[in-house]
Amino acid sequence: MTEVAAKPVPVSTEPVPRSASQAADRRAILILAAAIVALNAVLAFVGLWIPFAWLAILASFVLVVMICERLGRMVPLRRRTAYERALAFGFPALVLLLWQFSAQMGLINPTWFPPPTRILAGLWDMTVRYDKFSQTSLIGRPWLIPEYFGRDGLAGVWTLLSESHVLATISRVMIGFVLGSIPGILLGVVMGVNQTVRLMLDTTLSAIYVLPKIAIFPIVMLIFADPFGEGPKILVVALAVFILMTINTMAGVRGIDRVYLMAGRNYGANGWQMMRHVIVPGAMPVIFAGLRIALGTAMIVIISVEFLRAKQGVGFITFYYWEVLNPEKMYAGLLVVMMLGVVLTYLLQWLQRRMMPWQR
Amino acid sequence: MNSMAPSGAPRAPKIVARNVTKTYPTLAGSITALDDFSLDVAEGEFVCIVGPSGCGKSTFLRMLAGLEEISSGTIEIRPGSDPGKPLNSVVFQEYAIFPWKSVIENVAFGLRMRGIGHRERHETARYWLDRVGLGKFADYYPHQISGGMKQRVSIIRALANDPEVLLMDEPLGALDAQTRVVLQEELLRIWEETRKTVVYITHSLDEAVLLGDRVILMSAQPGRRLATFEIDLPRPRSIDAMNTPRFAEYRAGIWDQLSSEVIRAMELQQ
Repeated sequence: MTEVAAKPVPVSTEPVPRSASQAADRRAILILAAAIVALNAVLAFVGLWIPFAWLAILASFVLVVMICERLGRMVPLRRRTAYERALAFGFPALVLLLWQFSAQMGLINPTWFPPPTRILAGLWDMTVRYDKFSQTSLIGRPWLIPEYFGRDGLAGVWTLLSESHVLATISRVMIGFVLGSIPGILLGVVMGVNQTVRLMLDTTLSAIYVLPKIAIFPIVMLIFADPFGEGPKILVVALAVFILMTINTMAGVRGIDRVYLMAGRNYGANGWQMMRHVIVPGAMPVIFAGLRIALGTAMIVIISVEFLRAKQGVGFITFYYWEVLNPEKMYAGLLVVMMLGVVLTYLLQWLQRRMMPWQR
Repeated sequence: MNSMAPSGAPRAPKIVARNVTKTYPTLAGSITALDDFSLDVAEGEFVCIVGPSGCGKSTFLRMLAGLEEISSGTIEIRPGSDPGKPLNSVVFQEYAIFPWKSVIENVAFGLRMRGIGHRERHETARYWLDRVGLGKFADYYPHQISGGMKQRVSIIRALANDPEVLLMDEPLGALDAQTRVVLQEELLRIWEETRKTVVYITHSLDEAVLLGDRVILMSAQPGRRLATFEIDLPRPRSIDAMNTPRFAEYRAGIWDQLSSEVIRAMELQQ
């Protein structure tokens, strides 16, 4: 790296006109690109690439950043959005490409780090496959809906939907999320408004908050008549969301500028009007920030619960394929979890725009 | 100190504050923010209160508004003939218009809290918005409009509520100098038309002399009433009044007494 990159780029002392500085940038990009290739090639050639892999990767990354910064300077203003999007999607694509390449070249162990194409193939296989033994499929084979509907009507559609891992996970998360967040927000508002309740509960909540919810799962199971059913799974999600939302809403209510409370009172709002017109909307930004975090927590909790004890669900198949030593499909399961996270986050953002139109 | 009725025919007092004291308990003993403060404000009078920072003038205003407890003494705002009218409405320094409500909903807020129907309150709000030239911005949210516009909204929110008494707590304090002058002019115009009873807190001597029938000067902590100045400038006034020698005289007279208080307040804070 040093040999090529250290070569000084000729710089003139007089002020450089715009086109000239662009030309300099272009030259620099070429040199930097050459430096990346040279650095890695030389290391590989001497057989030192693998022991110094982390250094090589770090240096290459820095060089890529330098190239992109110069590219960014050359991008005209109206192309700016396109450039930013290209960076945001292009870089992960580059990483995947390198992963693919190094797995195929045997630089990393393809058994444990299968190349992305094989993960995708695994995902495709999981999607179309119906497991007769457990009577499940990944997304419930929607292409069979017309056939099943024609045969058994809505009951047939229900059979298909209830065999889906994805739907099982989504419904647990959503039901738990709603059951946890609504009481959480209510209690949070009460704690934000009333000092006595706050003093009585705050410490306890902080204590429960740090408790890993998976650790109380066994106790939660005991509460239910059917410890292996949906009840405990949903409740443990709801519990995690509840604690988080209580703490966040309380912070949101307490953070409302005093002047809004004074204005509300001075303009004659009674208790209920204060709630509806001042306190709840005032705390709304923090409540939504809390919902966002709670969604992540809910996903963590449900996946770990499904790892632990479930016959269906994305967490279950992920763990199952790890147990049967099928890493492609294990990665595919993780991929599905991530996609679920993205979709649910988008849903939440949509809800936020609907509920808080004043924030653009 | 000539505290009683201002020049002209004696009018019925609208606000009667007697020996009002405010003390805050702290671990190191109690702090007196306001000490034995009395004030009568006649119906339709514009009273300005000036004083160094920390003299308890904002505290007094909040006590007038019922937003803060009175430690001792009495405050009374006499209701008018219409019992449905609110006694007071405050214009806060930090605007305090709700960011989650559109401009028109902010203006109609007080009316809505009093249970006035959607159509009527929006008509009233629209009337006021048009009056200060914000008709076009009715459906904007506060973050989309400028500071001067926000404070206009805050002022007409109070006016649309049609209170017996208008309480203004440094309403123009957060604005830049030019916007301030424009709004002073606007305030003068609206006040000449409505003749509300106003208690107006300000830092600015110019503002106090320009707007007020009377200027009350307060001392630094604890806040006491130091002096009262009758401002006998002809009404209707406009911003041009600031260029007259009378104006300068009033201003100099007040500053004469205020400057020593300001210095004392600065020493207190150190």
